[in-house]
Amino acid sequence: MDLKDLYRDVIVDHNRHPRNFREIPDADRRADGFNPLCGDKLTVFVKLDGDRISDVSFNGSGCAISVASASLLTESVMGKTIAEAEGLFSQMHQLLTRDDVDIDVSSLGKLGALSGVREFPARVKCASLCWHTLDAALHQQDQVSTE
Amino acid sequence: MNAVHVLVSDSGALDVDAIRRDFPVLERKVRGLPLSYLDNAASSQRPRAVIDAMSHYYENSHANVHRGVHTLSQEATDLFEGAREKVRRFVNARSTREVIFVRGTTEAINLVAQSYGRPTFGPGDEILVSWLEHHANIVPWQMLCQQTGATLKVAPITQSGEVDFDAFAALLSPRTRLVALAHVSNALGTVIPVHRFIAAARARGVPVLLDGAQAVPHMKVDVQELDCDFYAFSGHKMCGPTGIGVLYGRESLLNAMPPWQGGGDMILAVSFEKTVYNGLPYKFEAGTPDIAGAIGLGAAIDYLESLGMERIAAAEHALLVYANERLATVPGLRFVGTAPEKAAVVSFTIDKVHPHDLGTILDHEGVAIRTGHHCAMPVMEFYGLPATARASFAFYNTRAEIDRLVEALHTAREMLG
Ligand SMILES: Cc1ncc(COP(=O)(O)O)c(C=O)c1O
Repeated sequence: MDLKDLYRDVIVDHNRHPRNFREIPDADRRADGFNPLCGDKLTVFVKLDGDRISDVSFNGSGCAISVASASLLTESVMGKTIAEAEGLFSQMHQLLTRDDVDIDVSSLGKLGALSGVREFPARVKCASLCWHTLDAALHQQDQVSTE
Repeated sequence: MNAVHVLVSDSGALDVDAIRRDFPVLERKVRGLPLSYLDNAASSQRPRAVIDAMSHYYENSHANVHRGVHTLSQEATDLFEGAREKVRRFVNARSTREVIFVRGTTEAINLVAQSYGRPTFGPGDEILVSWLEHHANIVPWQMLCQQTGATLKVAPITQSGEVDFDAFAALLSPRTRLVALAHVSNALGTVIPVHRFIAAARARGVPVLLDGAQAVPHMKVDVQELDCDFYAFSGHKMCGPTGIGVLYGRESLLNAMPPWQGGGDMILAVSFEKTVYNGLPYKFEAGTPDIAGAIGLGAAIDYLESLGMERIAAAEHALLVYANERLATVPGLRFVGTAPEKAAVVSFTIDKVHPHDLGTILDHEGVAIRTGHHCAMPVMEFYGLPATARASFAFYNTRAEIDRLVEALHTAREMLG
């Protein structure tokens, strides 16, 4: 297991230049995610058009994995329906935690860059925090904590 | 302890190579690289003497203590009480009645909160702590406040990470019932000049509890000379086992306190009409204690004393000075906590590299440090940081390990900075 498997170029790039790193002042949904272990704190904002995510963004602070994961999340769920976003959430969950299931990484696009994380159990929560937070926002809970 | 090998060189300094051979774990590799264990403030490693003392006990003398007349029970009791006497001598308590075995610092502080505070504190009473405290010296007091209506007061710290003495003194009031202070900060390494704080509290008749978890492993602690009322520490941070720790308490205070847990060992006679509690220290040790843990702690004390606490302090200070010098050369590194008096703990951040990533990258280089809030979230909040990286040294660490730390930090900067 190589560090380069964890810190792939896509991840390093999204950490240095997070996409959709902003607040949506008139967001329809928002939730805060908190990982007490490492102090990561994210807020995810969602704007809905019917059941379609017309805009999504995040802000906060965290490690490279959590920031890159959140940045990739916003790119991948932008314009998707809530159901599609939740489908991605469960695929990501499997990608990050299950090494006994074969996930078609190519179908995940850039999100596949996070597949190295499962080799680093201590870091799985970093990558999944934003997904749990999005899930909470879509279900209209205000807060999640990955502890 | 019989001097089987020499750990002090002719010059009077510690012989680190010889010492390292006493710690089996220091021989192991992590990801194919030698381990540089720089997370001693979280928990230290154990010398073979401690591991052997515990195995020897289990292989030869284990039985329950204070109960049987048979040989093994007597041996176990002698070993257990022998360990208590070692602890007494180590911190210079007046009597073994003042040495209570607990699970660790956390349990010691909870014992004081529940047995000293809860029966007598009430609305309007105040407990004074500092902003530097570990959660173990915050949360038990918050719980006590909820139970009794007392109020928690917090003495502020300065940018360098020192407790502001004048502000502390100003917070001492006629309603202050207890001062609870760290002796050494785990997050920053600050050594608090506790003599001053204790004198100020005692001048007003306020008892003082010191959280000595980070002090006892690294300096000579003498509870009589400190003149504190309670002193708490953990075995696992001082080369001893996990699951064992000590509460020292002034006998007059302990005598007046009710037991906090009931059960076997803490009683003299039980009937459904009336139960008579045992005397000190057993009144506070309900149930079968961690016998092997106490024996291991005794062996750890023997080991530390064979090196000498002054020599340990000097060796660790030299490591701290070297680490400060070397770390200062890393671009973008910011020290968090720069008090003039520090234990061998360095907290820092690096521009554009989150501490959690540092932890992973350093681990890949075989370097173990702690990253996060160090169970001191108020300290992190004070500095406006979510987390720091913390390297903490013990007498068995070397300059070469600090060099490896610094190299790994450069690697991390190249990867993510
Ligand atoms: C200053 C301080 N107080 C209390 C504790 C809690 O010790 P334990 O977890 O052994 O009870 C620690 C350990 O992390 C500490 O560093």
